[in-house]
Amino acid sequence: MIPALRIHQVAKRYGSLQALDRVDLEVAQGEFFGLLGPNGAGKTTLISALAGLVRPDSGRLEVMGCDVQSDYRAARRQLGVVPQELVFDPFFSVRETLQIQAGYFGIAASRERDAWVDEILHNLDLTDKANSNMRTLSGGMKRRVLVAQALVHRPPVIVLDEPTAGVDVELRQTLWRFIRRLNAEGHTIVLTTHYLEEAESLCGRIAMLRAGRIVALDSTPNLLRRFSVHTLRLRLRAGDSLPAEVKAERQGDTWVLPFERFDDVEPLLARVRATGCVIEDLATAQPDLEEVFLKVMHSEGAAA
Amino acid sequence: MTSFLTLLYKEVLRFWKVGFQTLAAPVLTAMLYLLIFSHVLEGRVRVYGTLPYTAFLVPGLVMMSVLQNAFANTSSSLIQSKVMGSIVFILLPPISYLSFYGAYIVAALLRGVMVGAGVLLVTCWFAPLHLENPLWVLAFAFLGGALLGTLGMLAGLWADKFDQLAAFQNFLIMPLTFLSGVFYSIHSLPAFWQAVSRYNPVFYLIDGFRYGFFGMSDVSPWQSIAVSLSCTLILAGLTLWLLHRGYKLRQ
Ligand SMILES: Nc1ncnc2c1ncn2[C@@H]1O[C@H](COP(=O)(O)OP(=O)(O)O)[C@@H](O)[C@H]1O
Ligand SMILES: [Mg+2]
Repeated sequence: MIPALRIHQVAKRYGSLQALDRVDLEVAQGEFFGLLGPNGAGKTTLISALAGLVRPDSGRLEVMGCDVQSDYRAARRQLGVVPQELVFDPFFSVRETLQIQAGYFGIAASRERDAWVDEILHNLDLTDKANSNMRTLSGGMKRRVLVAQALVHRPPVIVLDEPTAGVDVELRQTLWRFIRRLNAEGHTIVLTTHYLEEAESLCGRIAMLRAGRIVALDSTPNLLRRFSVHTLRLRLRAGDSLPAEVKAERQGDTWVLPFERFDDVEPLLARVRATGCVIEDLATAQPDLEEVFLKVMHSEGAAA
Repeated sequence: MTSFLTLLYKEVLRFWKVGFQTLAAPVLTAMLYLLIFSHVLEGRVRVYGTLPYTAFLVPGLVMMSVLQNAFANTSSSLIQSKVMGSIVFILLPPISYLSFYGAYIVAALLRGVMVGAGVLLVTCWFAPLHLENPLWVLAFAFLGGALLGTLGMLAGLWADKFDQLAAFQNFLIMPLTFLSGVFYSIHSLPAFWQAVSRYNPVFYLIDGFRYGFFGMSDVSPWQSIAVSLSCTLILAGLTLWLLHRGYKLRQ
């Protein structure tokens, strides 16, 4: 099966700044893929290159097997992009905006088109606002319309550039419910976000971008396993202290002990008891993407 | 075809929704020019020997309105969507650069012609309308709208900010239109300024347009149509090339 996205050795330079540095990436059809990285890492530039808004200095990009430059019309039909910036056309109502956007993709007015527009409006809780002018909408509502605009031509590949930045919890939930459904129906989803819990719960695979390079690329569970560990958090009787041969880190009055598998917990507790310490409180903590992210971003020359 | 028609529809809807500003206001402006100039000059000036000044002025004002509004439509639409960022909505879909150009130009023509027709309708009341040759009138109206619409696209593509566009308008478009013989026949100018006027393409648009009304003009309408057509084709070629390259649209 052809990959949904194929990015090969893509480089882009702005003056002296290397915004993308020979990026290689493939996303398979049907994936829910996360593209993470700090501000300025090059996420938006990469998405813009896919959408044909930015021309890379070198390299190739394909959407569903269509080259974004030589076969730009086919490539753009396969791709729906939700831009990061909150942009809108102040002259039109929500419904007009969507109808016009569908028309740009060559979809003429028809009962089927109207039905799909209605369905998108419904799924994004926009039905009440369908006839409101774009200018009168709140930021969150405008964001929903941007998502709706990316979907009017039923693209197989949907790219969302920080769709939940500065958006209320309710919209985040509405949005993710809808996007998950689209993914379940076979759409490929690529997402950039600052909310790492979001990426952790949604994305099957994650790429981390730093200074225009991919520095980590793996399935979400693998990343968590590789860069992050479970921990046992113990509070000891006042005055007790673990000797150096027990691998542990002291955080205030809590001792943090790493372990890999839950089978390891009992032997670990036995070792602590053997030192004569008394455990007053005990908890375990799950690995999380936040920790992985920080590790990857701060390690020098981390490899994918 | 659907994407072309949709972009055209959007461009027309854009000016139609603010029609008071984009259609009614320019008609009023032209009417004010007519009132003032005809009040001052009527009875004192005859053009081409026999023509009363007000009758002479009307076609020039109509054409000036066509030209200015065609320019304003493409240039302000482009700069607005560039500054607001909403230009991405037409950059993301598979719209060919030919459709892009065509839709903007046809919309500009429509607005230009609508304002021109409005001015003509209102001024009929001041000077009896005389139409010698409507085909020339239409030909020059369309060429003029296309030429200035194209110039507006170039300005809108080039400018990054509103004040750059305003500079383009104030230092190029305004002098070109005001010094094109809207308000006078260039035969009334000193020889030097007559010669300079002949380097102004807008002069040929106005002069040819006026020929359609009176069957009289400063230069032959064939010369005027040749100059106007060449200018339009050259600028259209340049604009299409820039759109194809994604000049200032796709980095
Ligand atoms: N048009 C541009 N001109 C100059 N520099 C740019 C331009 N667009 C992006 N950059 C720079 O490229 C880098 C990557 O930006 P971007 O792709 O927006 O990052 P991200 O989306 O990951 O925050 C940043 O340092 C940014 O300042
Ligand atoms: Mg970004």
